[in-house]
Amino acid sequence: MKRCQSITSKLWSVSAIALLLVVWQIVSSTGIVEKYLLPSPTDVIKAFIEDFNILMENSVVTLQEAIIGLFIGVAVGFIVAVIMDRFLYMYKAVYPLIILTQTIPTVAIAPLLVLWFGYDVAPKIILVVLTTFFPIAVGMLNGLKSVDKDYINLMRAMGASSHQIFIHVKLPMTMSPFFSALRISASYAVVGAVISEWLGGFAGLGVYMTRVRKAFAFDKMFAVIFLISIISLLLIKLVDLLQKMCMPWEPKEADK
Amino acid sequence: MSVLSIEKVSKSFEGELILKDVSMELREGELVSVLGVSGSGKTTLFNLISGLVKPDEGRIILEEEDVTGRTGKVSYMLQKDLLLPHKTILDNAALPLVLKGMSKKDAREKASMLIEEFGLAGTEKKYPAQLSGGMRQRVALLRTYLFSEKVALLDEPFSALDMLTKQSMHAWYLDVMQKIKLSTIFVTHDIDEAITLSDRIYLITGKPGTITKEIIIDVPRPRPKDFNLTTEFLSYKKEIVSSLTP
Repeated sequence: MKRCQSITSKLWSVSAIALLLVVWQIVSSTGIVEKYLLPSPTDVIKAFIEDFNILMENSVVTLQEAIIGLFIGVAVGFIVAVIMDRFLYMYKAVYPLIILTQTIPTVAIAPLLVLWFGYDVAPKIILVVLTTFFPIAVGMLNGLKSVDKDYINLMRAMGASSHQIFIHVKLPMTMSPFFSALRISASYAVVGAVISEWLGGFAGLGVYMTRVRKAFAFDKMFAVIFLISIISLLLIKLVDLLQKMCMPWEPKEADK
Repeated sequence: MSVLSIEKVSKSFEGELILKDVSMELREGELVSVLGVSGSGKTTLFNLISGLVKPDEGRIILEEEDVTGRTGKVSYMLQKDLLLPHKTILDNAALPLVLKGMSKKDAREKASMLIEEFGLAGTEKKYPAQLSGGMRQRVALLRTYLFSEKVALLDEPFSALDMLTKQSMHAWYLDVMQKIKLSTIFVTHDIDEAITLSDRIYLITGKPGTITKEIIIDVPRPRPKDFNLTTEFLSYKKEIVSSLTP
């Protein structure tokens, strides 16, 4: 019964996407919109197949930057959240600063990073770290702060140290918000890497993107946009999978 | 012999006196209720006994040891079971032993020896979300017991359960309590529950809260199943109601 429901719910989204593609194809191939401005889906697929090897080579570069940056970003965000939760004065001092870093547009600091760290991978990874640590830090901090006080009091009454309270109660109870934040950060990571590649670099999907844009090869442009979406989606799926593995106590869909 | 005694305890918060000169005692194997309306300082008394709050005056003595304002001595159980959702039933029960520094393996072993006695056989590897409310409260009691084998402090632990489950939990609790030789302080506002379970009832009333009456429920155990329908029960209830309402 549940299975049927999930298939029908997927059916709706799949048919909506199919409809969109059909309309797009018609609009483009009948010439309602000029073909060089809006290539048809079939053109995009052709471009994708044609450039498949180049796309894959560049993906590896972008993915490497994204994943290394994500790992560092998650680690930094995690540590910052724990410290802010543990020490009130750190929270008061650091939290406004963290919010401030997020008001600076990524596109504005990327050229500076290139200026300081060159055209190699370093500025790209730094940019990814900057964009990914924020959701983790804020998500984790909220999670840590909203752990039910009654649990903590009970643990204290049982003589637990604050270290034990952290290990047995706070940390595991923040897993769920942590993974929600990780999903957001994972998608930011890919986009962050691509943006930083726009502003200078030797390889990567962002570099490829700039190149095909300058050549007005819009079919290739669309191909790479879709590829970036797919990579982000796969990363998010991976996070979901990881969450299921790390949180076996969560009731499964069928039990709800 | 008294297991726990509270001696002339007073406590105020932000200049307002909440409890004044509260004294009571719990003898071995007894179940004593503290009964009072909401806002009478029951919860404060509860926090004082568990050590989470330090009294302004007075002492709390646990088995001849002064435990005033010290946590890690008496554990408690609330209406919310407060089981950790990410730990299995066995690990939840064994938690206080782990906190005291016992190895995970030994703690599990010790907890699993009691699982059956608490009517929890077969649930060891399950997670709290997979158990009913009544079963979860049993786990919470096992955890409380593994923390302090002498005294259990209970704050309306059964009030979230439906009537029938509550009744069976009462019977179960009295049975287990006797088997493991536990003494209990039971904080509640449910008059029927207090009469059914208690050996003695302390009434806490007024502002600041003071203990105004001690009622001895002089009915031998095990009490008859329809005890709550007897005239004896009703006369206790009348006495309590008239003392609680000014």
